[in-house]
Amino acid sequence: MSDRALVVVRPGLLTTVQDIGRPGYAHLGVPRSGALDPPAAALVNRLAGNGPDAAVLETTLDGCALRSRSTVTVVVGGAPCPVAVGGRPAAWGAPVVLPAGELLQVGAVSAGVRSYVAVRGGITVEPVLGSRATDLLSGLGPAPLAEGTVLPLGLPAAPPARVDTAPRPGPPAELVLRVTPGPRADWFTARGRRDLTTRAYRVSPASNRIGLRTEGPALERAREGELPSEGMVLGAVQVPPDGRPMVFLADHPTTGGYPVIAVVHPPDLPAAAQAAPGTPLRFVPTGRR
Amino acid sequence: MRALPAGREALLIEADSAEEAGALHAALLRRRVQGTLTVREIVPAARTVLLDGLPDPARWASELSSLEGESPEPPARPPVEIPVRYDGPDLAAVAAHWAVSEREVVRIHAGTEFTVAFCGFAPGFGYLTGLPARYAVPRRATPRTAVPPGAVALAGPYTGVYPRTSPGGWQLIGTTDAVLWDHTRDPAALLSPGTRVRFAPVEGP
Repeated sequence: MSDRALVVVRPGLLTTVQDIGRPGYAHLGVPRSGALDPPAAALVNRLAGNGPDAAVLETTLDGCALRSRSTVTVVVGGAPCPVAVGGRPAAWGAPVVLPAGELLQVGAVSAGVRSYVAVRGGITVEPVLGSRATDLLSGLGPAPLAEGTVLPLGLPAAPPARVDTAPRPGPPAELVLRVTPGPRADWFTARGRRDLTTRAYRVSPASNRIGLRTEGPALERAREGELPSEGMVLGAVQVPPDGRPMVFLADHPTTGGYPVIAVVHPPDLPAAAQAAPGTPLRFVPTGRR
Repeated sequence: MRALPAGREALLIEADSAEEAGALHAALLRRRVQGTLTVREIVPAARTVLLDGLPDPARWASELSSLEGESPEPPARPPVEIPVRYDGPDLAAVAAHWAVSEREVVRIHAGTEFTVAFCGFAPGFGYLTGLPARYAVPRRATPRTAVPPGAVALAGPYTGVYPRTSPGGWQLIGTTDAVLWDHTRDPAALLSPGTRVRFAPVEGP
């Protein structure tokens, strides 16, 4: 076996392999999947000297710990967190050398939810439909990391970026999601539609890679029942029977029968992926383009 | 047919019937092949077709009429044949719903040519139409926690085949050894929207 590999020492709450996902297969029932915060994943890849489609690790709240069988360059970014190599503090958001056999510790986030770990050369588990992403809805791609999981690494394509740090805005104290009316806004009363963009919500701890769930006022329906299954987009604000809006993230089902009241402007979704449970949330209307 | 907004990069087109949705789906696929439609995903469903990753949804919303009334092309390929042992635990319940014998259920089901209307629920799970409306059946009151792969099942107007073990509330009428989904195969999905399907009865086990 090649010595270019990572060995998982502590998988954390949920750490998955992610890349840009597998769009283009929704008609077969395959979710797009991929990193929930694509700009953060792209940045750690760039800093590590990887192409934009290299696979990285996505952690959830409490990081992970890894050992490398060979000396590699790693970059930890996304949600800010302490980083240590061999027990000594190391840089977050910048290339770090991880000597062979030393432990990389990615700590619990100080803000946000998901940190990203890029390794120079990328993680090269076997792709499925052109992507190495773990899709938690359909089970495609590698299983979430477990203690002892071995992750093969690719050969470096380019030198790591020559930077000390790359600043990025931290996760905001309040999540503001711009929305346009969705295909089934007419399934809600005028009051329900108004409530969506005027009332205060919070991010629910039941949120996951499939969707950002919310706590707050239930949206009043004008029609009961379910729709015949219809295609769902990333960022769809779907309203299940409990009336609390849920924003579809990367592992969302490709079709569904609960009405979609609105759709979140795609550039706002990375912030949604970094909004910790309890974060205040507002939906604000945007005009038609 | 009407266009419904679905964000800045998508359009949901709602048809007046399942048949119209099928014809619309075929018309959109033709436009993509011709190069007159650039879009990341064309996702058919029960009564709708979703265009996702569409650079200019407003333009297509205003050009819907150009998509109406196209007749579907004659099928290019013979139907996919799926061998089935009609041994499902809900065969008797389906026979009761249809008010026919179990043998007659098999004759009717295996005598029908199906079309994959759309996929969803799990990779490779197709919603197959073709049975007359009078043979629609309800879902089971209590879904099973684990339906085995290859289970051939009915719910509402649809027939489906479970690609892998999953929870499910459909009425199970049979079992197939056909592999519905294999991501190491090209194509991974045995069934994709528009595919015609026939079920061929085989003796167990």
